[in-house]
Amino acid sequence: MSIFFNDLGKHQNSIVFTTIDEQISYNDLVFEIEKLSENLLARKLAFIICENNIESVLGYLTFLRIGIVPLLVSKSIDRELLNDLITNYKPNYIWANKDYTLSNDWKITHSNRTFQLQESISPFNHEFHPSLALLLMTSGSTGSPVLVRLSYQNLIQNTISISDSLGISKEDKPITTLPMNYTFGLSIINSHLLNGCEIILTELSILSKDFWDLFKSRKPTTFGGVPYTYQMLKRIGFEKMDLPFLKKLTQAGGKLDHNMSKYFAELCLLKGIKFFVMYGQTEATARMSCLPAEDAVKKAGSIGIPIPNGSFYLVDDNLDVINEADKEGELYYKGPNVSMGYAYNVNDLILGDENNGVLATGDLAKKDNEGYYYIVGRKKRFLKIFGNRISLDEIENITLKNGYSCVCTGVDDKLYVFTENEQDVLELKNLISAKISIHHSAIIVKHISKIPRNDSGKILYSELQVK
Amino acid sequence: MTNKEKYNQVFMESFSVSSDQLNENLVYQSVPQWDSIGHMGMVAALEEAFDIMMETDDIIDFGSYNKGVELLAKYNVVI
Repeated sequence: MSIFFNDLGKHQNSIVFTTIDEQISYNDLVFEIEKLSENLLARKLAFIICENNIESVLGYLTFLRIGIVPLLVSKSIDRELLNDLITNYKPNYIWANKDYTLSNDWKITHSNRTFQLQESISPFNHEFHPSLALLLMTSGSTGSPVLVRLSYQNLIQNTISISDSLGISKEDKPITTLPMNYTFGLSIINSHLLNGCEIILTELSILSKDFWDLFKSRKPTTFGGVPYTYQMLKRIGFEKMDLPFLKKLTQAGGKLDHNMSKYFAELCLLKGIKFFVMYGQTEATARMSCLPAEDAVKKAGSIGIPIPNGSFYLVDDNLDVINEADKEGELYYKGPNVSMGYAYNVNDLILGDENNGVLATGDLAKKDNEGYYYIVGRKKRFLKIFGNRISLDEIENITLKNGYSCVCTGVDDKLYVFTENEQDVLELKNLISAKISIHHSAIIVKHISKIPRNDSGKILYSELQVK
Repeated sequence: MTNKEKYNQVFMESFSVSSDQLNENLVYQSVPQWDSIGHMGMVAALEEAFDIMMETDDIIDFGSYNKGVELLAKYNVVI
């Protein structure tokens, strides 16, 4: 079985990374990994403050190869939250842009391009479970972040399944459009490294001219996007763009509404692009299902069928398995990519596999009589905002901690916040926007004279008027 | 409201900036709220404020507060 982070050397002189400034080969990458590995110790904890650049991916691969457990952190993380994570998890290494200067308790031991490695001068002795490979933050986690514990097998297996689902080969050349600390973005990098592909790494946004200049000069064949990416693509006239080298598009990170799904399926068919809709969660490493491109038009709105080695089933409120078609239930997934569980603090890093390969997704789904699955709603109280999963209860807790009182509800890409205190409206909007790093236009704060509750004081969310 | 006032208001509301930040230094991604989502919101707000429909190239080219003034002139909007 091929292991994407160990078998890099076999792709030799093929280009692995292209950026605006340079190109390096798989051989160069292995050489740089060996250099960065010098004097590093296995079974330590590292934080990577990720950017879509060579340095971040180099650090990630180096750590995986030598058995250091990395936590991938967004570069736009709230600084206070980052400090809390450092205090809680006591990393031995921090691999980040040279702008991240830490206290005197840290010494710089390696550097590469814009990044440097800082080592704690009083290293903490973590106890890790031997299978633990990588830690990711659940998307949109706030306040007290929850980490997902992924094993080496989770990563290796999911990468192979994704590669098979999408039929990735050496000729595929992705360009990054999602952050690498985001599970979908990371899975694109992993699955293309497995196949010896060239990956164009950029921090540029699809709304910048420089992105499209890079795009036209480097001719990527594929990229991925969350629903909002596709809305932007539609708005900026993707339909009229002449990009004959583009062969595959993938969509995940939330449900693309039926009309948009159909629009892109048909447009891609016309343009000779394969359009894949996928479904996943960080808790399942990255992906759980894929709608094959040839079914994109016919089955628009579906999340497809499970990836190889995975399976879905639906259960009703009594936890009985539903066998008939078109009946709704909670979606469960079973497969080798289901994470080991969560970590709430540093002591949890020694825990073994708590999920045993089974994940209750929290999504409500149904399947049609041909075995294609459709997401129809949510069991748990969370929203997907611009691809990030946001827990509504967690937002209520954060606002409470900051001295406000509100209740939250909403629909995807729109969070509705209700407060009885009219003077708090603007402050709540700013606070929530900052804490969850989501643009304020997605947050609607409304004043309400009385929050609807039942006799026992339980909030009646269904009575809150959205829109 | 003058065109200049309307233009400024869209920027202040879309990106949560104050009037003294409205200058040549206000460029795409220079403030946290001017991300891709803020950008699309700004475009929609400008289209509504001036009753125009912006072209793809102009949406992508709209990289700064100053550049926008130049681009809107193409739509006969004089700031």
